[in-house]
Amino acid sequence: MATARLSTRVVIVGAGPAGTRCAETLVAAGFKPILIDENRRDGGQIYRRQPEGFTRDYATLYGTEASKANDLHQSFDRLRGQIDYRPDTLVWNLTPGQLCCVSQGRHSTVDYDALILCTGATDRVMPIEGWQLAGTYSLGGAQIALKSQAVSIGHRVVFMGSGPLLYLVASQYVKAGAKVAAVLDTSPLSKRILAMPKLLACPGLLFAGMKLLAQLYRAKIPVHLGISPLQVHGDASSGVSGVRVRTARGETLTVDCDAVALGYHLRPETQLADLAGCRMRFDEASSQWWLATDEDGRTSVSGVYAAGDGSKIRGADAAEHAGKLVAMALLEDQQQPVNAGLRDEQRHALAVMDKFRLGLAQAFPWPSAQAKALPDQAIVCRCEMITAGELRRAVSEKGACEVNRAKAFSRVGMGRCQGRYCSQAGAEVIAAAAGVSVQQVGRQRGQAPVKPLSMLTEEVSP
Amino acid sequence: MTVQKADVVIVGGGIMGSAAAFFLRQRGQSVILLERDQIGQYASGVNFGNVRRQGRYLGQLELANRSWALWKRLPELIDDDLEFIASGHLRVCYREDEIAELQAYADAPEAEQLDLKIFRGEELHQRFPFLGPQVKGGSYAPHDGHANPRLAAPAFARAARRFGARIEERTEVAEVHKVGDAFSIRTTDGREFSAERLLVTAGAWGQKLSAQFGEPVPLETKGPQMAVTEPVPYALPTVIGVYTKIEEEMIYFRQIPRGNIVIGGGYRSKPDMLTRRAQVEPRSILNQFEQMRRLLPGVGNLNIIRVWSGIEGYLPDSLPVMGPSGTVDGLYYAFGFSGHGFQLGPGVGDVMAELISTGSTSTSILPFSINRFASSVEQRSKVS
Amino acid sequence: MSGRFVRLAEQARPTVQLTVDGTPIEALQGDTLMVALLTQGSALRQSEFDPGRRAGFCLMGACQDCWVWTRGGERLRACSNEVREGLDIVTTQPEAVWPLRG
Repeated sequence: MATARLSTRVVIVGAGPAGTRCAETLVAAGFKPILIDENRRDGGQIYRRQPEGFTRDYATLYGTEASKANDLHQSFDRLRGQIDYRPDTLVWNLTPGQLCCVSQGRHSTVDYDALILCTGATDRVMPIEGWQLAGTYSLGGAQIALKSQAVSIGHRVVFMGSGPLLYLVASQYVKAGAKVAAVLDTSPLSKRILAMPKLLACPGLLFAGMKLLAQLYRAKIPVHLGISPLQVHGDASSGVSGVRVRTARGETLTVDCDAVALGYHLRPETQLADLAGCRMRFDEASSQWWLATDEDGRTSVSGVYAAGDGSKIRGADAAEHAGKLVAMALLEDQQQPVNAGLRDEQRHALAVMDKFRLGLAQAFPWPSAQAKALPDQAIVCRCEMITAGELRRAVSEKGACEVNRAKAFSRVGMGRCQGRYCSQAGAEVIAAAAGVSVQQVGRQRGQAPVKPLSMLTEEVSP
Repeated sequence: MTVQKADVVIVGGGIMGSAAAFFLRQRGQSVILLERDQIGQYASGVNFGNVRRQGRYLGQLELANRSWALWKRLPELIDDDLEFIASGHLRVCYREDEIAELQAYADAPEAEQLDLKIFRGEELHQRFPFLGPQVKGGSYAPHDGHANPRLAAPAFARAARRFGARIEERTEVAEVHKVGDAFSIRTTDGREFSAERLLVTAGAWGQKLSAQFGEPVPLETKGPQMAVTEPVPYALPTVIGVYTKIEEEMIYFRQIPRGNIVIGGGYRSKPDMLTRRAQVEPRSILNQFEQMRRLLPGVGNLNIIRVWSGIEGYLPDSLPVMGPSGTVDGLYYAFGFSGHGFQLGPGVGDVMAELISTGSTSTSILPFSINRFASSVEQRSKVS
Repeated sequence: MSGRFVRLAEQARPTVQLTVDGTPIEALQGDTLMVALLTQGSALRQSEFDPGRRAGFCLMGACQDCWVWTRGGERLRACSNEVREGLDIVTTQPEAVWPLRG
């Protein structure tokens, strides 16, 4: 057994909650995993550490999540020396058994026997006409601006979209002294009431959410539920000057602002899993493609594991449990002893959170219908500046009823971001134009490089 | 179930099959095209997009010229220009003795229509000031150019369909038999098709069918290695490729008017024919970076934003299999274009349509006959 | 507009001098390039395909909207690179002045 610990090359990608807990569990079992992370500091996006020289305390930075953030960071600090930690390193591609990494323009390969992908999530975005204007940011981006840099994304910020993060970030902005012009939520109150039984699976989280809403009302921030986004307006050179929406009562509402934070919960970063050939599955509840794994995080490819939001969106708490659980799955596969009680604990916690996330998906649904309603002139792909109309023509005139085909014809998803911010909405536009379900139009295949790669990149001689 | 009949059944919906379907309809033949996946998915959709004649086997230039004339007429023919721009093609070399070889090619009578001009030394670097100092000479083909491979085969298939061809995607052939005068084709979903003439344009899978008819060929599959940069201002209309005998030097690039620079060449990967996926090998990309910095030093700072591969069929002499079967009447082949079929696509479609509907073709395709791989004298003598 | 981003806290950090499009600016140590540029201006770069200016989108290195350049042509993603003393940043693509015509 000791030989397995020494000879098995285990690589974890991602140093957020899942990756950290995974590494911790493996270290406790006598392994010394390699932990590769794209960021310069650990914590992932959610528990991102502020740069050196910043002085805000945990309570200010992380609010109700302060103790969790602190605990995770301390756990990580204790792991130093016991893991091979490689920050500021991008895994840009992989082949079976080998990762291709780049750090500071230097290329190297890392061989693995077992790979655990803890690659996290990015914002899930539904386009709105005018969202390409300077001053529109992702909701997660708005939060990072505040948390990591102590800035607001604008002088008057509108929060638009849906999901718990909308309220969390808006209230964090209010608390930090930023001017929040409005919170505009596409989900109507009725959905939330219907979702209540499932949300009660995690009463603490539900209560925290309600508290956020109360804080916003107390601060006299206009909060509108059940809105339909119409347009971000402004001009090409100076950027955003306001948003226009239709309220639940059917009236047109215009809010002046110079920044919009836009987001509809999260989508998993599955590029590496995709390049490894891992199977994906369509999650009906959230209407998006996730990684297909077993309960403990084994993907369809032997030796490749996944945990956290990079595999299935369940949030940071779940990611910590999933990180421990996936490590135990790997230990079991390596014929190492596993603490069955601890494993059952993680499984149980995840089952509860699964129920809660189903409640969230019901309470704050992905607004599929908006894609259908997007005017032809609205941009779908920000990188390549391709409109909904151009995408629809790829369907109606060229018969592209599958997303990769539509990408080949229209360029939606071909830009620098590799479809991260347009492929899901694009799939909805294609599905609506083709008259089929979004599941039927498929998903955009991942292509290397995971992020742009400089042509100055050179191999490091071993 | 009823048997679907046509004058010609085509197996394989790449650019060759799609263009053949289109030109067969132009000649009044009824056509059914069967494609296992989607039109233009493998070699045809993922190649570099070179619409290049220079550098080809001299005996192929007649076919390439015929194809070039069709490229020029595309909007009128298929109502789509495939983003074809005849913006010039330059074949450069790093060694003085290679300039002589480029010159010999340019002087060949077969290359007359290409209007090749050899540049060397000072003159080359004045005309193409962005080339790296190691570049010694180049052969410039003013009428060659490039197009968008993602659009080509599907556009031909759409045009063929508009003219009455039946295009069946996601239709995989299970069995082909010749029964009497007709070919009987059964697909994996249980449908049956029948035609007196069968055209195999199945690319890297072509030899599976030719072998069934007793004509195996030593086809090898390879995955091209392609990369594309972020968009930068359009400044490089000329397609540039390196003439060399060293594999890693053999790279090429083109800039599209939107600004991205498409790069290909160097090493190739070995596709997985079970999953039908071909990897982009990291060493190919790093080699392309190194070679691009040598060829076009100004490119160094750019980022690549996407890489891809596909599945191409190669024959040992790098020439395709094209023409009638040596053993079976009514059977025709056009596959194995060995990484240089894109430019030929329209011409191959046109020539195969002519051959199938009239029994002969005015363009010489004899060097590409499948008989060159035949083992017995009988087979060789049949067609000649 | 003086600046797009608004500083809310952490303003006691030491300053760093850099140049943006030839104009010297002052930023704070630990600022990302994006914050340094957008607390004093409204955009980071020009979109390639329309007249629009771009000012980033995701701030987490995923959307690739915020690339800027050093005068030497090196590319820097503004959201994930911190300011350094003496950096000489340009917000128009250096290749725009390539004298390249083939």
